[in-house]
Amino acid sequence: MDSIFLQLVVDGLANGAIYAALALAIVLVHRATGMINFAQGAMAVMSTFLAWSMWQVGLPAPVAILVTIVISMVMGAAVERLVIRRFEQGSEHTAVIVTVGLLVLFTGLAGLFWGYTAVEFPSLFPLGTLNIAGAFVSYQSLGNIAVLLLVVLGLQLLFKKTKLGLALRAVADNPESSSLSGIPVGNLLMVGWGLAAALGALAGALIAPKVFLDPHMLDQVLVYALAAAILGGLNSPLGAVVAAMLIGVVENLAGHYITIIGDDLKIAVPLIAMFIILLVRPQGLFGQKEVVRV
Amino acid sequence: MPVLELDNVTAAYGKAEVLHGIGLKVEPGGAVGILGANGAGKTTTLRAVSGMVKTGGQVTFNGRKITGLRPDQVAGLGISHVPQGRGTLARLSVRDNLLVGAYRRKDSRGVAVDLEHYFELFPQLAARRNNLAAALSGGEQQLLAIGRAFMSKPELMLLDEPSLGLAPSTAQGVYEAIAELRRHSGLSMVVVEQNAALAFSIVEEAIVLETGHVALAGTRDELMGMDAIREAYLGG
Ligand SMILES: Nc1ncnc2c1ncn2[C@@H]1O[C@H](COP(=O)(O)OP(=O)(O)OP(=O)(O)O)[C@@H](O)[C@H]1O
Ligand SMILES: [Mg+2]
Repeated sequence: MDSIFLQLVVDGLANGAIYAALALAIVLVHRATGMINFAQGAMAVMSTFLAWSMWQVGLPAPVAILVTIVISMVMGAAVERLVIRRFEQGSEHTAVIVTVGLLVLFTGLAGLFWGYTAVEFPSLFPLGTLNIAGAFVSYQSLGNIAVLLLVVLGLQLLFKKTKLGLALRAVADNPESSSLSGIPVGNLLMVGWGLAAALGALAGALIAPKVFLDPHMLDQVLVYALAAAILGGLNSPLGAVVAAMLIGVVENLAGHYITIIGDDLKIAVPLIAMFIILLVRPQGLFGQKEVVRV
Repeated sequence: MPVLELDNVTAAYGKAEVLHGIGLKVEPGGAVGILGANGAGKTTTLRAVSGMVKTGGQVTFNGRKITGLRPDQVAGLGISHVPQGRGTLARLSVRDNLLVGAYRRKDSRGVAVDLEHYFELFPQLAARRNNLAAALSGGEQQLLAIGRAFMSKPELMLLDEPSLGLAPSTAQGVYEAIAELRRHSGLSMVVVEQNAALAFSIVEEAIVLETGHVALAGTRDELMGMDAIREAYLGG
């Protein structure tokens, strides 16, 4: 195998890890509330700026990021409680459109408070690279992948093994029946949004050192993350991660080997892949096929 | 003291009032039926008890006023509502559906015991405990919905047309299951039904609703003695 190919694959996996982090937040909201939050990236950017400000005033980066994750959880819950809940009664589409509005709003707010000049964000991992079979991998990429795998494991345990996870799944499946079983549906939607916002904050902190931080940092990543979440079946954390890695690798290889694609058209690759896969498997790579009998 | 008492209960969807002063009493351990044609307000009556619809008048549970509580709060007091159309959690496994029913319970050992008890009563569901609920037949889904309610260890169960959409023999089986659960647990019940014969296999008394009013009320023998009832709800 030639070393360029290997390097492209390794870089693709590292990029995929980044898409995966945001995709997981999207999957989490979808699992908890049955909807897609288009503002997930913009909320994560706000969180990342918050961490950046704390770091600027002298807090060590890991502490700033941890504090931000906690604050983001509260803020995410507040967004559900104060904004989204007002639209949940109506059609599902209304709430989704509201999240598109929030995307614009939060991006604008980040610009207003922190400006549009890109700033540097500290990495949680040491500089330097590791040589694996001829390909170079930064410690940062390895660290991102490791954190990501831990998050996936944590989410699988949460959903499969805990009572909170069971309640989240129940509410996503059928809110009315869940409330008749004594589950306080509103509180669980809040928890779902809070967890997703916390995850988004973590995603932002992992991505920012790689791409610099500005209000539009996650715009493009959001497209990839959405593609990954849908490809992975929208409900499966593991599916989203695998799909994100796949997208990262395919995008890199296509950009290099298919000259007409190049760097400019790279972003079309995940979308085309999504289109083709959904034609064949509408439920996504890992999604459960809907079997509904009346 | 009655377990459940409805006094002059009204209910409205938006501005349209569809219940115009319903009265109903369920004594401890008793079972009361609600009969009536399509659109008479049977489902809405149960929804008024569970806090799922804007309600006036008074609903009391063991003497405590529950009008105005949220559905999950009502459930937490010991009222379990099996909605019309079963409300199965389609993408959850059979076992998880039952565990959702036990959400409010703190006695995890008791939950495990009740789960096994339920599976003993319904072996056809025990064999499919790890399957998705969506893959069950209509009758099995109804048994699962009843099981979910049963798992919360309620004091009062509200059942909304458990026979809906089932073949007569399947519906018979579901009613036998309900009777069996009642014998085991001694819980009180309100059973909504369009088929009077099925309802009276369980309940001792019933009210008959007509366009949001109580048109008739009485014991099984009183109501079954009336020609009008037999014609309307027993198919002639
Ligand atoms: N969500 C709703 N919004 C507006 N009106 C409603 C709603 N649900 C029921 N209604 C109206 O309220 C009245 C009572 O309906 P309800 O569902 O309680 O009847 P039901 O006796 O349960 O009928 P069925 O046997 O068909 O289930 C009907 O006129 C119905 O059209
Ligand atoms: Mg009804």
